[in-house]
Formats: sequence, C-alpha cells, structure tokens
Amino acid sequence: MIADITIGQFMPGKSFIHKLDPRMKIIVMTALIIFVFLAKNMFSMGLMLGFVLVAMLLTRISPVMYFKGLKAIWFLIVFTSVLNMLYLRGDTVLFQWSFFTVTKEGLWQSAFIAMRLVLIIIISSMLTYTTSPTDLTAAIERLLKPLNVVKVPVHELAMMMTIALRFIPTLLEETEKIMNAQKARGADLESGGMMKRAKALIPILIPLFISSFRRAFELATAMDCRCYTGGEGRTRLNVLRYRFRDIFAFVLVAAACGGIIYLNTLAPALVH
Amino acid sequence: MEHTNITSDNLEVQISAQDVYFAYESTDGGEPKEVLHGVSIDIRKGEFVALLGHNGSGKSTMAKHMNAILLPSGGKVLVGGMDTADEELLTEIRRTVGMVFQNPDNQLVATIVEEDVAFGPENLGVPSEEIRVLVDDALKTVGMYEYRRHAPHKLSGGQKQRVAIAGIIAMRPKCIVFDEPTAMLDPRGRQEVMDTIDKLTGELGITVVLITHYMDEAARADRVIIINDGKILTEGTPKEVFSQIDMLRAVHLDVPQPTELAQSLRDMGFSGIPADILTPEECAKAIFAARQQQ
Repeated sequence: MIADITIGQFMPGKSFIHKLDPRMKIIVMTALIIFVFLAKNMFSMGLMLGFVLVAMLLTRISPVMYFKGLKAIWFLIVFTSVLNMLYLRGDTVLFQWSFFTVTKEGLWQSAFIAMRLVLIIIISSMLTYTTSPTDLTAAIERLLKPLNVVKVPVHELAMMMTIALRFIPTLLEETEKIMNAQKARGADLESGGMMKRAKALIPILIPLFISSFRRAFELATAMDCRCYTGGEGRTRLNVLRYRFRDIFAFVLVAAACGGIIYLNTLAPALVH
Repeated sequence: MEHTNITSDNLEVQISAQDVYFAYESTDGGEPKEVLHGVSIDIRKGEFVALLGHNGSGKSTMAKHMNAILLPSGGKVLVGGMDTADEELLTEIRRTVGMVFQNPDNQLVATIVEEDVAFGPENLGVPSEEIRVLVDDALKTVGMYEYRRHAPHKLSGGQKQRVAIAGIIAMRPKCIVFDEPTAMLDPRGRQEVMDTIDKLTGELGITVVLITHYMDEAARADRVIIINDGKILTEGTPKEVFSQIDMLRAVHLDVPQPTELAQSLRDMGFSGIPADILTPEECAKAIFAARQQQ
C-alpha cells in the first residue's frame, strides 16, 4: 500500500531521453531552467516552450503524467499570476474596478511568470521521470566530486542518499505494521483534533525510531563485513560514460540557449 | 550428504580461536559482563561446522570474533594465520571470512539487486569489468540472476537473504559465517537458504560456519559444536552429538524430531532401533527394519 510510493516517480522507458547519461541530463536540464529565466520576449519564450514540448514528447511519457506534476502547484501558479497581474502597473490600462487596475504590461508579465513556473516543473519532472534514483545519485556524486577539494564529503552524502532511498520502502512498510499493531491494541489514530492526533502518533514514532537505530547499527556492521571504508579507492560496477547521444543533446540544448539569447534582441522584453 | 565423509584431521586450519575470552562493556557503568570464558575452536578448510546454543549462550558473540567485528579480551583468533587484532590486516581478514546476518533487510545497501551484490567488490577496488563477472557469477550461484535489476524491497525474505549471500560470495571469501540466517524466514525461505548453503559447501568448497538453533539445519553439518554459558560443552559429528538427548535437554536445546522418536521407541523396548538417527528417512528405515524383525 504505502510502500508503493516511489521517490521522484521514476518511469522506466527506452526513449532517447531515458538513455542519456544522467550527468548530461542534470547539466542540460539545469541549463534549460536557467534559460527559462533568460527568455524575455515572445520569440525566445516561444522557442523555449517549443523545445521543452518536443523534449517532453520524446520521453514517450504520457503528458497526463506531467499535468499530474503540475496539479500539485496549480494554486501557487494561479496565486502568483493574479498577484502579479494586479500589482504590476504599466501604461496601457485594460481594465479598472475600484482600486484594481489591470494593465497590458502586467498581464504579459504575469503570463510569463506562470509560464516559467510551468516550464520549471515540466523540466524537473522530465529529469526524475526518466532517471532512476540510483543513476541520479551516481550522477550527483560524480558531478559534485570537485567539491571534495573544499572538504565537502561528496561520497558520504551520496552514500547517505542511496541508503535513504533503499530504506524508504522498508520503513514505510514497518510504519504500516506498527500502526496496525497499535490499532489492534485500541489506538485511535483518526479521530480528534490536531493535538490529539499528533499525540496518537507518539506510540508509532517511538518504536519506529528505536527500530531505525537498530537497523542502522546492523547495517553498519554488515557494511564493515563487506570491507566498506569510505569512498577512498572504491570502484563502481556501472561506470558512467558519455556517448554520442549525450554530445548531441548538449549541442542541441546549447543551440536552443544561443537561439534564446539571439531572439531576445529581436523584440523588446516583456518581462524583467 | 557427500561432504560428511571429510576426515578433517589432515586439513589446513582456516579459523583458529585460541582460548578466547570476551566481555561486553556494561551500559550502566558496572562490571563488564563476560560472555565467553575461554573458547577454543579450530575450523578447517572446506569444513561445514554448526555452532549451536540457546539464546545468550555466546554463540553469536563467538561468530563475531571470526572476522574481527569483535576482538577477544583474552586469547586470540587467527584467520588463515592472520591475527584479528592486527588492524593492518582488517580488510584482508574480512575478505577471507564473510558474514551473513539474521535480518536480510539490514544487510542490503543498494536500491538494485546487482548494485548491492557489487558493493563488496566495489569497496575492494576491483576493476569494473571484473566486478560485472563477480556479480553475475554470484547471482547465478544463489539463483537470483533473473532478479538482478529488481529492487530488494520487492523480494521475499528468502530471496533477500540469497541476495545478501551473493553479496558475500562476490568478494570470493574462503569462509562464510552465517549468523542465524533463517531465523526470520518462513519455511520456504529457510529451505532456499539451506539449499544455497549446501551448494556453497558442496560445489564451491567454501568453509561454512552456521550458527543456528534449528536442529535439522545443524544436522546437515560435518561437525556440531555446542556452546553453553560461554564455553564449549561438546562437539562431534551430528550423530555423536544428537544421540546425547539428555545432555541436549539439560542445556535447553531441542533434539531433531526423528532422533527423539527413535529414542522414545527404544525406551518402549524397541531395542533394534539405533540411537543415532538424524533424518526422517533413516528413522523410517529403522522402524521398518524393527517391525520386520518382530
């Protein structure tokens, strides 16, 4: 039941985007997110929108899934656009009622900001939908490796992420077991006000904590037995390798970014 | 079982515990609690040894001395001649003696089966292409190769435990210590794990130390050692040990059911039934023979 929840909602597939090296995916998707903010007129935003939509279709994941991602924050999008629409004053007044004024400039700007939010969600969903958590962790570890120089424990952080991902389903399953056990003893978890329900969680959280510490201890022993001594001198089963398609994707995204910069010069900016 | 005929006297010693004492630090600042009082065990190469004892007898503590998870407070433990107290040799000792624990969930590190099996070789710095060979071999040995891309939490207990075993085999150890590997499994999972252990001792010639409180599992071993109150009580072949029913009862251990049945029949006057029966088949044959005699 609740153990079915998967973090990041990876959807396995064999599309071009699925097959990209996870490091390249992180790099180009970060670049795209930055350029979402740099697209300032209709031409450049149009190019960005078109590019992201084509990429979205290339993942062969149903657009419905992307809309599901948007559903979670639609309120935020509507709220910020309405605020923007009302607060930003321009010269061309379209509509006025008591102290509400809607101007053409304000309307454009709020439309752009809404579009930016939507694009960011789509781009980041694209990353998590097409990349397994394991690949994502490996890529983050590899990409952040230079930070080792400034004493950031990159390997340890990646190891922690892997173990967290590994144990989320196990702990969810355990939570469910403990909840059932407490219910069987007459615990009431559903009724009452906030305080009462929060208090009812204590007999679930305490056993969960204790067992987590025991697990951590046992896991540490098991890792010791398997000669784990940290990141130093470790090799990997699956080595990440850039292939031709990664270079191709990079060039494509770079071209799109260049295009956005160029198109920005063709018409006045509609957003700041 | 074919490996019961090993006459272990002339074989090289793999693990040698010499007069081992061990005390746990007490948590409330009182006297340390001594749980091992001078245990000496020699495990020979290729041998399958079962370590038996009731809860708190010190059998698990003894097992943890075999790959330097615990260090003796008195006496010493040698693994292939290496002293476990020597920190320089720690990695070498742990790749020689692997360990499988009770709870399969708490031994698996990675989110994908094959990556978990690769964890040990990765730690040892084995080149990637070789890791692939080790992982595939190990998964095939335990019969989990088809599940190599699965997430561990979707597997059954027995399957998880087999993956944990594969993770140890992938380091190519000479010896594997199993610390109650079937205690948390259902009967089917137990069977899967025991079959895997048989394969390790039989085909692969790996030395196995099995800590258990299931008598039928211990009956498969070449040699059974019984630990009680931190001391070795007795040791010998399963037949020798399990025929001493009164002694087993005295230290709160079960007797294999066929042995118990044979014993009761003897007590009832069926003197034709031997005392050292271990398996249901042996028992059935003995009863059949006894009936024919009458």
